[in-house]
Amino acid sequence: MRKIKTKGAKIIIDVLREEGVDTLFGYPGGAVIDIYDQLAKSDLRHIMTRHEQAAVHAADGYARASGKVGVCLVTSGPGATNTVSGIASAYMDSIPVVVLTGQVPTQLIGNDAFQEVDIVGITRPCTKHNYLVKSVEDLGRMLKEAFHIAHSGRPGPVLVDIPKDVMQGSTVYTPIKEVQLKSYNPTYEPNVKQLPKVIKLIKEARKPLVFAGGGVILSKASKELTEFARKIHAPVTSTLMGLGAYPAGDPLWLGMIGMHGTYRANISSSECDLMIAVGVRFDDRVTGKVDAFAPHAQIIHIDIDPTSIRKNISVSVPIVGDCKITLEKLNRLLADEDLGDLGTIRAPWLSRIDQWKATKPLAYEQRDTIKPQFVVEKLWELTKGQAIIATEVGQNQMWAAQYYHFDQPNHFITSGGLGCMGFGLPAAIGAQIACPDKLVVDVAGDGSIQMNIQEMGTVMQYKLPIKVVILNNGYLGMVRQWQQLFYDCCYSCTQMIEAPDFVRLAEAYGAVGLRATKPAEVEKTIKKGLSTPKAVIMDFVVEREECVYPMVPSGKPITEMLLV
Amino acid sequence: MNNNHNQESRRHILSMLVDNQPGVLSRVAGFFSGRGFNIDSLCVSETTDPLVSRITLVAEGDMNILEQIKKQLNKLINVIKVMDFTETDYVQRETALVKVRAKPENRAEILRMADIFRSRVVDVGTEFYTLEVTGDGGKINAFLKLLKPLGIKEIARTGAVALARERK
Repeated sequence: MRKIKTKGAKIIIDVLREEGVDTLFGYPGGAVIDIYDQLAKSDLRHIMTRHEQAAVHAADGYARASGKVGVCLVTSGPGATNTVSGIASAYMDSIPVVVLTGQVPTQLIGNDAFQEVDIVGITRPCTKHNYLVKSVEDLGRMLKEAFHIAHSGRPGPVLVDIPKDVMQGSTVYTPIKEVQLKSYNPTYEPNVKQLPKVIKLIKEARKPLVFAGGGVILSKASKELTEFARKIHAPVTSTLMGLGAYPAGDPLWLGMIGMHGTYRANISSSECDLMIAVGVRFDDRVTGKVDAFAPHAQIIHIDIDPTSIRKNISVSVPIVGDCKITLEKLNRLLADEDLGDLGTIRAPWLSRIDQWKATKPLAYEQRDTIKPQFVVEKLWELTKGQAIIATEVGQNQMWAAQYYHFDQPNHFITSGGLGCMGFGLPAAIGAQIACPDKLVVDVAGDGSIQMNIQEMGTVMQYKLPIKVVILNNGYLGMVRQWQQLFYDCCYSCTQMIEAPDFVRLAEAYGAVGLRATKPAEVEKTIKKGLSTPKAVIMDFVVEREECVYPMVPSGKPITEMLLV
Repeated sequence: MNNNHNQESRRHILSMLVDNQPGVLSRVAGFFSGRGFNIDSLCVSETTDPLVSRITLVAEGDMNILEQIKKQLNKLINVIKVMDFTETDYVQRETALVKVRAKPENRAEILRMADIFRSRVVDVGTEFYTLEVTGDGGKINAFLKLLKPLGIKEIARTGAVALARERK
């Protein structure tokens, strides 16, 4: 019997469907016409962004909101190079994204052909792994491996570069059930010998602190984390990436830690005698001066990536394993332990923290101009904390992190590690596609919204009811803040004059534009924006020289905070 | 990370088995340059399994840095296994080709020295001899030091290759 051959481009569609993909984000071009041709004949949904960078950010936002793998499809050359910032952002934040790039035909590779670029070489340091498919026989297997690698272990972006002749070639394609990689076996199960050490330290601790990161959200371990912290009566802080992993409404919640962390979270980290770090990587924006970080604490570090452990901080009990599985096991062990009257034991520690909360809360002064913090606070109030919040990068991002109190995971979508301006709007698109029934808001600054403002076109084309909240101060605010505090107010090149009229810009795209210039208008504007059933840009003209506080100057211990 | 013992910098020979595919060496080398670690020497060749290559790499660093390097290398998808020979018993060899000026009055001495170092003459010209010498890095350095006054035109060194010793 003659076996039926399948075209490479069709194999791509088949693998995407096998992997449960229903939506991809992309931008067509010469080298990928074959895939787009097959796409048109399939039931897959394609969202065309206005720029390839936005396509990756959208796939990333989709992945963060849904917990599934985001998929992005672009052409060779400039299409591929435009994805690099998006890939690097997903890599820093461990987001599972598969990026498919077209490539010139194999016989032209290396000849400086039209729209040829060595994207595998370019993205090698910012992908978890990448492939150049040299033969149609390898295509199915490499795509399957790409998905497997992207979402397993510590997730991350994987790029597959596919030459045009590979898409056009044919082979007998048999779906691969299970991916076998002899050199890649992530450790999910923690070493059980380590777990009793954790229990012992918890029993001895007087001032424990749970410190959660993005790993908790990625491993879907919020429930287990919450149970764990409550069981051991320990206060909880988190990184920027960990916001939402623990409910912000809970009395044990301290707020975010780090450069713009809350006073009580930062001081607690320096006073605690036990730090239980779950799914974090001790980034410099969290630790400040490393030698002064958690100086009195024994540190337990749970992470699926062995390279995260002891990279920046030495720890007493390292545990390589999946956060969810490890916390489940710890919770089970704790259930059989007599922990004593923890309410009484922890009372002095928790009441000290409460005092810090009372004396040094997150605060801003209300004046006649609109305070950006006030806008975010009102947004939180009026959305009942239920919205998915994407952010741009800079002051807007930090105010969103501080004043929107997240009670659930996968609701805060931000470029944490890379700090990639222009992330918010396309990421909001991805999140809205993933969660069509949810309210999705992009909290933006006037600077970073302009980095991918063209995506309003995508928003309108797919009728996405995304709300963009611009905290408009006419500055690149975070850099201006550094200039104010550390460079004698020399505002070199941070003033953004001649910004577009965002209300009319919204209208030009066919969206609704609203503006507020006085504090009294804020609530009304947000209410009107939220009740509008289509895309809205809300332009809040805010206090120009407001700073994000607390702030720990770079390289200083995180206890040395500048406060309001 | 302030354990004194851990901060002592020393030379490590790392031996890795990797997938024999294009780009794998670039991943390994790129990891070193991207994270600011230095490679002292590097050797790559196929093993008995044509799908697997062995990379022997010499790098210097304290225990914390080496621990991080090993973990990061293991994390690369194409790296199958990483062995650090530093704490174990191993044999290592390096080969050098040395082009040394061979004036008529020096030729006998060159051959005598070559004999002592079990080196061989692999090419003879009118003015230069090319010698091949194999051994650990120390032996090769000593040989080069002795030849230097005679005039070395150029050298090529392989970098170390190593294997763990079998149990006796």
